[in-house]
Amino acid sequence: MTIATLPDRPFSVPPEEAIRGRSLWADAWRRLLRNRAAVVSAIVLALIALACFGASWISPYPIDDIDWENISTGPSALHWFGTDENGRDLFTRILYGGQVSLMVGIVATLVSLMIGVAWGAVAGYFGGRIDSVMMRTVDILYSLPYMFFVILLVVFFGRNILLIFVALGAVQWLDMARIVRGQTLSLKRKEFIEAAHASGVSTVNVIRRHIIPNTLGPVVVYITLTVPSVILTESFISFLGLGVQEPQTSWGVLIAEGARVMETAPWSLIYPAIFLGVTLFCFNFIGDGLRDALDPKDR
Amino acid sequence: MLHLAAPILEVENLQVRFSTPEGVVEAVNGVSFAVGEGETLGVVGESGSGKSQIFMTVMGLLAANGTATGSVRYRGRELIGMPKRELNTIRGGKMGMIFQDPMTSLNPYLTVRRQLTEVLVQHKGMSEREATDAAIGMLDRARIPEPEKRIHQYPHEFSGGMRQRVMIAMAMLCKPDLLIADEPTTALDVTIQAQIIELMKELKEISRTAIVLITHDLGVVAGLSDRVMVMYAGRIMEAGSVRDIFYDPQHPYSRGLLNSMPRLDEARAEALETIAGQPPNLQRLPPGCPFRPRCPYAFERCELELPLLRDIGEPGRAKACHLERLP
Repeated sequence: MTIATLPDRPFSVPPEEAIRGRSLWADAWRRLLRNRAAVVSAIVLALIALACFGASWISPYPIDDIDWENISTGPSALHWFGTDENGRDLFTRILYGGQVSLMVGIVATLVSLMIGVAWGAVAGYFGGRIDSVMMRTVDILYSLPYMFFVILLVVFFGRNILLIFVALGAVQWLDMARIVRGQTLSLKRKEFIEAAHASGVSTVNVIRRHIIPNTLGPVVVYITLTVPSVILTESFISFLGLGVQEPQTSWGVLIAEGARVMETAPWSLIYPAIFLGVTLFCFNFIGDGLRDALDPKDR
Repeated sequence: MLHLAAPILEVENLQVRFSTPEGVVEAVNGVSFAVGEGETLGVVGESGSGKSQIFMTVMGLLAANGTATGSVRYRGRELIGMPKRELNTIRGGKMGMIFQDPMTSLNPYLTVRRQLTEVLVQHKGMSEREATDAAIGMLDRARIPEPEKRIHQYPHEFSGGMRQRVMIAMAMLCKPDLLIADEPTTALDVTIQAQIIELMKELKEISRTAIVLITHDLGVVAGLSDRVMVMYAGRIMEAGSVRDIFYDPQHPYSRGLLNSMPRLDEARAEALETIAGQPPNLQRLPPGCPFRPRCPYAFERCELELPLLRDIGEPGRAKACHLERLP
């Protein structure tokens, strides 16, 4: 090998640095930090999340504290975002509601991400009978209404916030599996996959190192669509009385209540909507930034 | 056929079939040959002559609807039906492959370093660091400038010719005894083609790797190969040394191929000759010689009887044609 001649070269990089190299993730991270919208969004999202999960320290009232003097009043120094028709502080309720909404959004999306990507990549990669069985399973689950799942789970296990995560994750991964499978199908006959096989790379590593990273672009975009849809679905389930129950609340529930009284108490719609909207925007910007960061061609 | 003392690769009566909705495609029909130590075999033929499918079978890359029968042995070990885990210890390590299109044969999401070291870590059990050093050395031998810098780049930062060099470096990393190059220069422009051929020649001389060069470009074969195998409709039409095939083609198809190649050393006024007609439909091969409909010398027997590959003259010289000698 000609390694010995390297030090003569003006460009030679010290070996220490050469070894560290740039992994896909280190690179993506660096590119993400350069995307201003994504960084700002991440900071805003972090602040919202901190506020929500630190609600018991930040907010001056407990979640179910009723102020008999101020029922359904607008924003004031005492109640920054006003109070609802039961005289509960809206700011406090938005923060506590955010806990549920963010948890549902993130946990359900992670569940769907892990099951969906693995399921889709395996089905698409192996094809044939395995693919048929796996994707028909997806079709069958897809044709069952998710409300049915939720009701079933509630009947069997009683009412529990965890059930919402399970139920939503179990529904959302179906779409993810389909997207990843489609990507995998188009990838697996690409020459670099054949080249990897020809180099003796094992099937597991071909899927893990060569197929899944190449599906990440669409997957990340889809995640940014999943988080909002999960948060909204949760509010629907709660609205039907199967999700979070009073005095617990979530952004979806607050918005539904606010919409009911928006002519007389517009603040009870506006403030939760702002929180939800800003959060969703942040997720979208972060998703956009991630997609760009994960595509090495976009540097 | 030529039987060498220690063949690395032996293919015997290989048949490859693809089942498609339109019927069974007989891509390779009873092909037998061997590749010896350090030898370079050129495999020539039109698109669809089955030349790539033979070596896809060798590398275990046959599409899911394809089945191979017969025997393919690497140093006596049967490759057809070998479990994937076992096959993975041979391919990449002992047999390397270069693909046609360097623009798509590298993973766009991984740096060149990751793709090169993957092979070494897998086959040689090297640490990432040793593997990186070895990979830099190999890139340098593949004449990539500033390899210690370029290795950390992504494929899209390389030009087509550079990517093909990376592919060659990747295939040669584990010092394989057999390198299969499937149309390595087809997707490159002419000046780059010459450089890649030059590089393969150099590497061949240093490493004594046996090379199988699959191509439809006779110029590439002439420059690099020791022996040539001409394929048509999934069969070997003629085989022999490069000299024999180029100066004294004995099969009408080989002659047609040679005549349809533009040449600079002969002043020629008339238009370039072509082989009339189209390659046959592999789903409905006519009885008799597959080349008969396009052959200017065809006679009665060609229609009735399939000409078998038979030795003519020196060892290793064979053709599948009823004619004793070409007129």
